[in-house]
Amino acid sequence: MPAPVQTRVIFKHIDEPGYTNDIECYLRHGGYEVLKKSVARPPAELIDEVKKSGLRGRGGAGFPCGVKWGLVDRKSGKPIYLIVNADESEPGTFKDRYIIHQDPHQLIEGTIISCFANNVKQAYIYIRGEMPEGARILEKAIAEARAKNFVGQNILGTGYSCEIYVHRGAGAYICGEETGLIESLEGKRANPRIKPPYFPAVLGLYQCPTIVNNVETLCHVKHIVDIGGEAFAKTGTPNNTGTRIFCVSGHVQRPGYYEFPAGTITMGQLLNEVCGGPLPGRKFKAVIPGGSSAKVLRFGERYKGKRKVGADMVDYDWGVEDVPMDFDSLAMIGSMGGSGGVIVMDDSVNMVEALANINAFYSHESCGQCTPCREGSLWMKKITTRMVHGEARPQDGALLKGVADQIPGRTICAFGEACSWPTQSFYLKFKDEFDAYSEAKKTLPADRLTLV
Amino acid sequence: MNLKPETFQRIDEVITHYPVKRSATLPLLHLVQEDAGYISEEAILWIAQKLELQPINVLEVVTFYPMFRRAPIGRRHIKVCRTLSCALMGGYKTCETFQEEFKTTLGGISPDGEVTVDFVECLASCGTAPVVLIDETLHEKVDESKARELSAQIRAEASARK
Repeated sequence: MPAPVQTRVIFKHIDEPGYTNDIECYLRHGGYEVLKKSVARPPAELIDEVKKSGLRGRGGAGFPCGVKWGLVDRKSGKPIYLIVNADESEPGTFKDRYIIHQDPHQLIEGTIISCFANNVKQAYIYIRGEMPEGARILEKAIAEARAKNFVGQNILGTGYSCEIYVHRGAGAYICGEETGLIESLEGKRANPRIKPPYFPAVLGLYQCPTIVNNVETLCHVKHIVDIGGEAFAKTGTPNNTGTRIFCVSGHVQRPGYYEFPAGTITMGQLLNEVCGGPLPGRKFKAVIPGGSSAKVLRFGERYKGKRKVGADMVDYDWGVEDVPMDFDSLAMIGSMGGSGGVIVMDDSVNMVEALANINAFYSHESCGQCTPCREGSLWMKKITTRMVHGEARPQDGALLKGVADQIPGRTICAFGEACSWPTQSFYLKFKDEFDAYSEAKKTLPADRLTLV
Repeated sequence: MNLKPETFQRIDEVITHYPVKRSATLPLLHLVQEDAGYISEEAILWIAQKLELQPINVLEVVTFYPMFRRAPIGRRHIKVCRTLSCALMGGYKTCETFQEEFKTTLGGISPDGEVTVDFVECLASCGTAPVVLIDETLHEKVDESKARELSAQIRAEASARK
């Protein structure tokens, strides 16, 4: 079956010749028209559109956006804050960068509409420290929008006021976790908060109700309000509505970003047709489907079970290539859609060495407040690095699994899962390679790619 | 604290962005580091006083976030992405090439004082791997030969300055 055609909604103008990131260009393309219509509608109606749309957050967890907004404590009398999570840092993910750099007004329009819908008077865009240019572009775009009265005091004469400020991070991955992000925005170490009982929707920034949404999610809000929640839900599949941006990197002919109606494309179509297949003379070996913490899939393995199609339960028997790229299907086969970052590895890659690279990342990024994660991620890094650069032993794979199994469920935030899933899944799927590494290492080419 | 008048202005402006002064800790650290090159003991005390905090509140932030540094670096900062997608496309070779070109080691200052080469974690441009951030500019698909070109360019800019 041929791959579906790309449907670019969020990325409509990305890489379009002549399209610039200034407000005049955005206005020429119908920019801020949706905002003008939105501020004439009751805010509750806008929230309702988002609920009807079925939009799931695009940051990684896939939590329904309308439900998140529904949890906000609106009776406390405290101000409600909205934070744009632009801390894009899950390895393999690079979609938000292009929105920020090339179409920042789309994000600002989506943000102000979301603020208006939720009666937010102050929004912050938390952007990664490593995107200084992106921060400058956003600041300029906000200033342009303020000059045209789309942001700031008495927006478009409605009496509604909302300010947006850009806040730069400083290189810590954990700031992508929403409560870590809030701590960071309060000027502290980004140690995630314990939850439940209180979620940011009730006690967030400065102990006030707070909404944290990903960049892409807020861009979708603009389109939902424009065409209506029901119309939006017609794109994609039930429970996986709208379009989804996939960021493909690693060993394919044409890495890059591709936007498709959610759930309509399979892994095989994406990698073989859209991305041009493996590099010359190579075969696909493994793929991580949703950012580096998602569990790895091994080419050649089969996934079997029953799934719901409409009202019926049907059997499925999929290879990696057959898996539809939506949140539910990827969860069903034991991985996740996450942030949409697809990392491809071909048969030139040794899986022990690839895991050593990932473990170095997670050990560097653990915030350190929970012992299982701080120590466990460090041990996993030390073991895999020793295997590659020092002495490897046949029992190391089992030792790694032993460490990894003791982390998830024992930490304050999901980083515990994120750092153990790669080790657990690499060992499960490539046990042969781990157990044989101490011997195989002697014959691996000395000039092979260094991964750690 | 010895900073440019413009930096002081920006510091006073950015504090107004937040209802709680402490929130300005990261922005102030960025502004001071951009101006002074690194975060000195004096800077920590000064920021703490400015935001009505204890010095430890600022120090603990400096030591948590990888981008803040306690010592000077070379004139230009070359940050090579180390994470998986870049490594799969040869990021380690790129990093080695920069170190070789400037006769320096990771994190050190090159003998000519011109650069510091560092490995950093994911720069969120995995589709154009390997990527390198030189000061504030992202360079894409930096293989060995492009790394040599960029190095030559940095050296040319350095000698033009002299």
